[in-house]
Amino acid sequence: MMEWPILSFLLWLPIMGGFGVLIVGDRYGARQAALLVATLSFLISLPLYFVYDSAAGTMQFTETFRWIDALGVHVNYDLGVDGVSIALILLNTFMTLLVLVAAWDSVKERIAQYMAAFLIMEGLVNGVFMARDALLFYVFFEGMLIPLFLILGVWGGAQRIHATIKYFIYTFAGSVFLLVSLVYLYTQTEQGSFFLPDLYALTNLSESAQLLIFLSFLVAFGVKVPLWPLHTWLPEAYAQAPTGGSVMLAAISVKVGGYAFYRLALPIVPEAAHDWALLVVILSLVAIVYMSLIALVQTNLKKLIAYSSVAHMGFVTLGLFLVFKLQGLAFADAAVSGSVLAVQGAMVQMISHGFVAGGLFLAVGMLAERLQSTEISAYSGITSRMPVFAAFFMLFAMANVGLPGTSGFVGEFFVILASAKAHFWVASIAATILILGAAYTLWAVKRVLFGEVNSSELNQLQDINRREFVILGVLGLAILVLGWWPEPLIRLMEGSIREWMMMVSPSDLMPAMKGNS
Amino acid sequence: MMAAFEIARPEIFLLAALCVVLLLDLFLGKESRVITYLATQASLLTTLLLVYSSFFNRADKTLGLDGMYMVDEMAGVLKISILLISMLAFACARKYLRDQDMWQSEFFVLGMTAILGMLIMVSGYHLLVLYLGLELLSLSMYALVAMRRDDAQATEAAIKYFVLGAVASGFLLYGMSVLYGLSGSLELNTLREYFSSQADVSTNLLLMFALTFIVAGLAFKLGVVPFHMWLPDVYQGTPTAVTLFLSSAPKIAAFAIVIRLMVEALEPAQAAWSQMFMLLALLSIALGNLLALVQNNLKRLFAYSAIAHMGFMLMGIVMTTHTGYSAAMFYILLYALMSAGAFAMLILLGRKGYEVVHLEDLKGLSRRHPWFALMFLLILFSMAGIPPTAGFYAKFAIIEAVVEAKFVWAAVFMVVMSVIGAFYYLRIIKIMYFDQPNEQVPIEADMDIRVLVSVNGLLMVLLGIFPGILMSICDLALSASRL
Repeated sequence: MMEWPILSFLLWLPIMGGFGVLIVGDRYGARQAALLVATLSFLISLPLYFVYDSAAGTMQFTETFRWIDALGVHVNYDLGVDGVSIALILLNTFMTLLVLVAAWDSVKERIAQYMAAFLIMEGLVNGVFMARDALLFYVFFEGMLIPLFLILGVWGGAQRIHATIKYFIYTFAGSVFLLVSLVYLYTQTEQGSFFLPDLYALTNLSESAQLLIFLSFLVAFGVKVPLWPLHTWLPEAYAQAPTGGSVMLAAISVKVGGYAFYRLALPIVPEAAHDWALLVVILSLVAIVYMSLIALVQTNLKKLIAYSSVAHMGFVTLGLFLVFKLQGLAFADAAVSGSVLAVQGAMVQMISHGFVAGGLFLAVGMLAERLQSTEISAYSGITSRMPVFAAFFMLFAMANVGLPGTSGFVGEFFVILASAKAHFWVASIAATILILGAAYTLWAVKRVLFGEVNSSELNQLQDINRREFVILGVLGLAILVLGWWPEPLIRLMEGSIREWMMMVSPSDLMPAMKGNS
Repeated sequence: MMAAFEIARPEIFLLAALCVVLLLDLFLGKESRVITYLATQASLLTTLLLVYSSFFNRADKTLGLDGMYMVDEMAGVLKISILLISMLAFACARKYLRDQDMWQSEFFVLGMTAILGMLIMVSGYHLLVLYLGLELLSLSMYALVAMRRDDAQATEAAIKYFVLGAVASGFLLYGMSVLYGLSGSLELNTLREYFSSQADVSTNLLLMFALTFIVAGLAFKLGVVPFHMWLPDVYQGTPTAVTLFLSSAPKIAAFAIVIRLMVEALEPAQAAWSQMFMLLALLSIALGNLLALVQNNLKRLFAYSAIAHMGFMLMGIVMTTHTGYSAAMFYILLYALMSAGAFAMLILLGRKGYEVVHLEDLKGLSRRHPWFALMFLLILFSMAGIPPTAGFYAKFAIIEAVVEAKFVWAAVFMVVMSVIGAFYYLRIIKIMYFDQPNEQVPIEADMDIRVLVSVNGLLMVLLGIFPGILMSICDLALSASRL
């Protein structure tokens, strides 16, 4: 265990740094200051990976002290991370750094506020991933809306205001029910506690209470992920956000939803989740197929990636809720390995999708910077003018399709494999993404990258500069490494996922779990 | 004999000080009126110190002046808050009155009498004393609202306020007289003892009759639906400095009178009055938030938002638990701070002959004055109850109390309404941050108001990071007052 509070550093350094950048202001080195803070945060997050004892899979680096102790409310400042949180924290610090570098020249207006918003958001999102107290979690979960709201609204596209307000109200409306649920759970605990393990241990919830709590979780987190009918804010928000905003929304913000299912919804009300798993599985499948079909007809690159994101995030919810469909298997061993596979697939998919969607949005942002358009029809024959860019774009597109050797393959393959154990049809419907995804991605690639250079603007396109090359190169590398060698990531999360399985499993499967781990 | 008055020392001092200020002002011209202002602030500060030195942190409830005056820790905390908020209000008023050519001493003198009324309301333990305090506050406020006497809107607001306020006072007095008729006493202690000894409290028709009138009277003063009609017009018509004052400190005093009258004296009948108040509270939350959606005048918007906030606060009281009362107290203190901050911001942005009144006046504020836009943003997010600002914890504490008392449906209703409420706050933020400014004008303001507004905004974050401080102050104060 580390002696010094590394998690608090990761939480407060970006937030304080963000305010510092605000004070520095536009004129003097806001960029450099922000870059310094983001780099430091990234560096501080690295030891988490190396020091974490992934075999144990428990909560580590824990910090705890009394935060609020009045009005009969006891809330602790409880931080801790397991393998899954570490993976997501690393993703967050890494993507923030890239986004800030990407904004170096491309954001001209109010640069200090832009950088500060991203830094503050980084800190709050880290807080979400490390909170072990439900109220603390809620504070970060809601608080991250404020910087995102400003990023979308101030630096977004022409129809940004509608998209921004819709996004805010959607997420806020979803999460207020979460608050009531958490407060209700608090009153049900013996001593009055928001500590997550205490909430997991609750056994005295009535069936209807469980159901309502589960539904509130489903709405709150389903909006974030987004789960199929709750997704309507997303295409608009993604399309209107500035490049950095789209990247953070796709790579980080939606992961918060998936993580919240993992951390709160399933372990707190496993019985209700078990009973309603089929619904979520169906919604995820609808998202996968239907959103892919919608992506086919998009004429705007950003919207296409947005719909493709919803489809890919469908794998996350599918993988998580498959656990309950696999538990019923006759052979306990098969059930355990299948469930672990499913959850691992979901989590790998979260990380991979962060890189892929982030890469695609960054690439589109670079195009948009040159031609001020994200319409597919505005581009043609990019390859001949921007060959390096085209190579990267192709790589991200392939990862989006889920080509073996890229990170996109690993997670989806795991989930499909696990779903094959649950039901033939679930697997086959989920697998259609490989075809549909290839269809819309490759078609878009064909229209953008190939064809004739048919306008003078296209003719004058400059290939990416060194800074852009670094950004895309780092992401491309991450995608390839994760695709060829996912082992470190999987090992990081495996112990934690096995621990987690014990909390969401009905008691009769427990012995088999223990025997296996 | 002097010792008997010791219990009301701050109030007596304030009364003397305001007479001195009144006289002092006679000898001062318009140019040197700043002395009146400074003398006023100094008197308030001294009163505050007197409150602090003599009454704060006492564990017991001390009854004095023939059982008419109560000093306990709740009174201490509320009085200090009232004085602090009033000092903030006066500091902002100084700029406003100068800008708007209303630089007269009436504001300060009437403001001090209003504060005196509030302090008496907080400590009164006798129906007549409470009523006198309330009237002292109200009468000063009527005059303050009418301060701009050649302005049609202000006059209309004042008349409306006066007539409806007088009716409300009548209601309250009538209810009190019935209570007196029933129990034969005006002292809150005796009232409580009398009603707890009665077996038929819940069926006593006369008592219900009295309760109805008292609840209606208090609801008028608090401005909750359906007795809220005066509020938007008064907020709109009143000079902003007075709106600031009116919308902050008196709310704390109104909270105190509800606690004294309903929770302390009429505790045996709490089942009855809490039902009445609960209905009013829920209606206020719904109507306040819905009507605020369509306002284009900032002052009206804040008036409707005040209605919704008062509903939220009342929901804490109607739970009739210690948690509920403390949550309500926490809520009212924060609300007073937020409301004062919001109006102070409007004053800060105004200048000679120009007032910020409409939503459009804030267009592109973040480009013109990024720092103050950020402060306003924090105050607005706090009002909307978005973490990590302080307002979230106020709402959270109330919801916690409501869920604890097994009113989960009410909690759900309240949070749904606060989502609707979030929309109009977001609208202001949208105008400040996302729209282009029409004009580029510098802020003409002294350092004091700039600092005060900044402190107010930053407090929203600081109290959001450390909400436990204020929460435990409320908690401990009410525990010491055995509530």
